[in-house]
Amino acid sequence: MMDWKLIGLAVVVAGFALRLNALAVIFVAGVSTGLAAGFSWTEIMAMVGRFFVDNRNLTLPVILMVPVVGLLERHGLQQRVAALIRQAKVTSAGQVLWLYQCLRELTSMVGLSIGNHASMVRPLIVPMAEAAAKERGGGKLAPADSQTIRAQAGAAENTGNFFADDIFVAIGALLLIKGFFDTAKIEVSLRDIQLWSLPTALWVMAVGWWRFRRLDRQIRKDGPVSGTGPAGKEGA
Amino acid sequence: MTLLTLNVFFVIAGLILAAMAVQIARDATHPTRWGSVAFWGLLAAIMLGGKQAPPVVVGHAVAVMVLLAAVRQVGLPRAEEQPVEELERRAGALGNRLLRPILLVPLVAIIGGYALGGVQLGGVVLAEARTVSGISLGLGCVLALLLAVRTTRERPGVAITEGGRLIQAISWTLILPQMLAGLGGIFAQAGVGENIAQFVAWALPVQNPLVAVVAYCLGMALFTILLGNAFAAFPIMTLGVGVPFIMQAHGGNAAIMGALGMLSGYCGTLLTPMAANFNLVPVRLLELRDDWAVIKAQAPFAVAIWIFNVALMALCVYRF
Repeated sequence: MMDWKLIGLAVVVAGFALRLNALAVIFVAGVSTGLAAGFSWTEIMAMVGRFFVDNRNLTLPVILMVPVVGLLERHGLQQRVAALIRQAKVTSAGQVLWLYQCLRELTSMVGLSIGNHASMVRPLIVPMAEAAAKERGGGKLAPADSQTIRAQAGAAENTGNFFADDIFVAIGALLLIKGFFDTAKIEVSLRDIQLWSLPTALWVMAVGWWRFRRLDRQIRKDGPVSGTGPAGKEGA
Repeated sequence: MTLLTLNVFFVIAGLILAAMAVQIARDATHPTRWGSVAFWGLLAAIMLGGKQAPPVVVGHAVAVMVLLAAVRQVGLPRAEEQPVEELERRAGALGNRLLRPILLVPLVAIIGGYALGGVQLGGVVLAEARTVSGISLGLGCVLALLLAVRTTRERPGVAITEGGRLIQAISWTLILPQMLAGLGGIFAQAGVGENIAQFVAWALPVQNPLVAVVAYCLGMALFTILLGNAFAAFPIMTLGVGVPFIMQAHGGNAAIMGALGMLSGYCGTLLTPMAANFNLVPVRLLELRDDWAVIKAQAPFAVAIWIFNVALMALCVYRF
């Protein structure tokens, strides 16, 4: 039942497990699959070349966008976004995280990334959430709560990042889906893929609302009791 | 005659990349100067003339790019950090005008996507209908670049330098989606999907349409946990389970299956330490004591979202 063609699968699994360069893993998986299926080196290289050219549109939006974003970042784009978030009226850690998650989703719907763990979560979102929780706890925040807030902030970034890609302006994942179907000669419209991605994006916001409200309750429950010391690492 | 085709934007992208490659070549302090020049130069050439060149030549060019990435010769320039105070000052000076070019992109892309298709002016088609969404997005980016240059009063060369810095941070992962789509193509040509499908049909009662949906979504999540990357799981699971069972056997809708399948894969990304940059790097960055803290915080999200995806697919994929 199994045959050598599945070697590509084994290469992918082993290569990713060994944390080898992903590009090389994918390439070797493709070449070995082609060889196992009886294609010649020239035929395989022609396939690689043809598919690479056919899917250039997957990379195009990023190349066209980076000069714009780079130029604006040089003039303080991230600082401006941060200032806008700071102006928002929020009164709890959960609200900060939910606001960020929703904002992250809404911007990635139009193909934009406003930040990541290093550029937004650590310098802005975590300090804001901890400050809000501290204020609620009468100036105190238990180290355990600080840890919970930070882990949840990581979750807010990832969930906000993953599930709302491309819904109005496709620059990444949905183009890959479209490109895959095109390469496999299956007719499908990009607009349909975008439409059917929307319900999950909204659901993720709903789940976030539930999770981050729960976080606030949890902090309030054990906050004033165990909150004897100052917050873990301040300004970390 | 057609005024705007996607090829216009491939040429613009190729010129941008070529200009970046030239700047890298002139930077004697770049730690991986010539490797980076070769990588971005080859990508520029493929953007400019990939359609005209014989596929086998492009294939070998891609092989060289992969090799350069594998031996770590595609890297970042020497860091030149902007002081934060200076950035704050500039942000204060320009205020919300900084956001305008960024907002212009989706505006043009969305309006153009609906309005540009099939418009004719005296026998000249304004934009190729088949690729109108890509063209509108490209147009949005170009207009945004012009606006950004005007707003910041920088030379266009600065946009290339700053864009080059960003794209070198993205590095070779930029072309990963293209490679993965290609891997899917090779798998399809070689008949790998049929092989996996045979195995799945032997192991699971996929003649039941609901079992097919659950098998596909679970497979996406599990393979993503294993590989740490939903994009890599997608071609394998879709060719092996999605296309043969959901689409061919039971007449399911490709768009619904593809979209929700990928989103089910992301649930796996939330749960795996293999996705280190999302789940482990933040543990260090946020100074968490528990290595699994972010994954644990994400687990309820992953379960709730996965169930939603499966339910939505089960309800809709055979109906539309």
